[in-house]
Amino acid sequence: MNNIIVYCELDEGKIADVSFELLTKGRSLATQLNCKLEALLIGDNLQGLEKEIFPYGVDTIYMADDKRLSPYSTLPHTSVVVNLFREQKPQIALMGATTIGRDLGPRVSSALRSGLTADCTELEIGDHEDKKQNKVYKDLLYQIRPAFGGNIIATIINPDCRPQMATVREGVMKKAIADPNYKGEVVQLDVEKYVDDTAFVVKIIERHIETSKVNIKNSPVIVAGGFGVGSAENFKLLHKLATILGGEVGASRAAVDAGYAEHERQVGQTGITVRPKLYIACGISGQIQHLAGMMESSIIISINSDPNAPINKIANYVITGKVENVIPKMIKYYKEHTK
Amino acid sequence: MKEFQIVVLAKQVPDTRNIGKDAMKADGTVNRAVLPAIFNPEDLHALEQALRIKDQFPGSTITLLTMGPPRAVEILKEGFYRGADDGILLTDRAFAGSDTLATSYAISCAIRKIKNVDLIVCGRQAIDGDTAQVGPQVAEKLGIPQITYAEEIVSLADDKIQVKRRLERGIETVESSFPVLITVNSSAPHCRPRNAKRLMKYKHASTISNRQESNEDYLATAVANSHLTIKEWSVNNIEADAEELGLGGSPTKVKKVDNIAFQSKESRTLDDFDDDIDGLMKELIEAHIIG
Repeated sequence: MNNIIVYCELDEGKIADVSFELLTKGRSLATQLNCKLEALLIGDNLQGLEKEIFPYGVDTIYMADDKRLSPYSTLPHTSVVVNLFREQKPQIALMGATTIGRDLGPRVSSALRSGLTADCTELEIGDHEDKKQNKVYKDLLYQIRPAFGGNIIATIINPDCRPQMATVREGVMKKAIADPNYKGEVVQLDVEKYVDDTAFVVKIIERHIETSKVNIKNSPVIVAGGFGVGSAENFKLLHKLATILGGEVGASRAAVDAGYAEHERQVGQTGITVRPKLYIACGISGQIQHLAGMMESSIIISINSDPNAPINKIANYVITGKVENVIPKMIKYYKEHTK
Repeated sequence: MKEFQIVVLAKQVPDTRNIGKDAMKADGTVNRAVLPAIFNPEDLHALEQALRIKDQFPGSTITLLTMGPPRAVEILKEGFYRGADDGILLTDRAFAGSDTLATSYAISCAIRKIKNVDLIVCGRQAIDGDTAQVGPQVAEKLGIPQITYAEEIVSLADDKIQVKRRLERGIETVESSFPVLITVNSSAPHCRPRNAKRLMKYKHASTISNRQESNEDYLATAVANSHLTIKEWSVNNIEADAEELGLGGSPTKVKKVDNIAFQSKESRTLDDFDDDIDGLMKELIEAHIIG
């Protein structure tokens, strides 16, 4: 009872990376709270997946295995999660801030009347003193996230309602196996008891999922552009530099909103978190919501015509100049000096 | 022909996308006064979807519902200019401090009062919080299905709707009966512009409270031109349980808010001269960062 449950998301039959990242975080929180770490897997043909989950230090895996539960659909998955949470009363529940987690999380939180914090960048355990009621809450989950367009960082708590729910974007937490031989148990849920037939009212007519073309999360070099790049045309320069350096192109939210780059390239709190060896920020001013997604890069170069751009503060190298002047020079030197 | 009763949920938000240097006060708090208040962008995409349904089913009614302070009436007027039939401002001090759950509860109570709603359309998320929670939570409170990340209404019939959703790496088309709540993605079409005739017609629309505030002869205006009086609902109009509203009804609390202080690095500043760039590239290659 009162354990930590991670909703493990399936992506075309495979467990999503973000779920492993959450299990890793969940393991350290469970150790700190001296409770169990549990995983919930909902889908079809789940047998065998437990072998991938246990090594993250998972004590119990709940499986709801039914053909009708795959692919993900809001109402049936909500029904399983809500009924299981009512029964198990977890103190903390974590989900990926993906299209699935962001569809499911709020629905579950509303049904259970428990608080949910979206897109957390840090999760910590801490106490809270309510001076008005003269009450001290022990071991709450601090749900830390940038707010207000990423201009401030807020610490959110749910003092009275359980579970304390949070979603986290892919790449924000690091994934690490706790013990390859970790032993836990699998609990098969009787799906009929958790989902009513009425939950299947929304029908999936057609699904077309592409394998991801962009893999910026694992790219050693990222050339990222902001609104300051100025046009989709100028973004091609970034692609050129990224290609010769063996990297990928990233973008700030402003650049994505302006249509300069695809959404899947967005780096930041509401995009992907990256930690490359080299991050070249081109025409990016550096809103906190962007910095939150790239500040752990080993080397940061900022190319900006504004010498006072906020991003310059966290850059190792600041090049004051126009992106369209600087990048061709980088390409030229690189081509001439490498094989 | 079916006449759809559509509610569009909208929020007035500070324009966090264009935060200037004066947006933060010296004490690290946000200076809301300098931020322009705008119609949340994705809610405009939602309004467009509703207008398209009305194009197809002309007898349909679009009611724009917003919860916020009195000045949020501005976005209702914006909605009228673009084609909404009715607008409701849900405003009350009792709503202050609401988190997404308390907000959803108040909105769901208001929607129940509108009655016979077939379709609720709203933006995927608001740019000030980016949580994307209110849509699904309203749907849950009303006990109806939700279709999130909608990009296009593929087909619409009297008793069912097919919607194309934009997922991380693909698309999915789903079918639902009514009533249903749909959250619209920014990849959906932009909202049509204001209509000049409607702009003239609704230019002076306001709520009675706002007229009182500005000492207008509000009763005379209201009686003479009922379309210029925007509905204003308080807690008393929506039969809500007071305990579930506002700060008290919010399970999440803000423990603290920090201004963000990044650890500054020792940066080296270069100019865009050839020598500077060459020197940097040489260093990176020698350090095996690239190459």
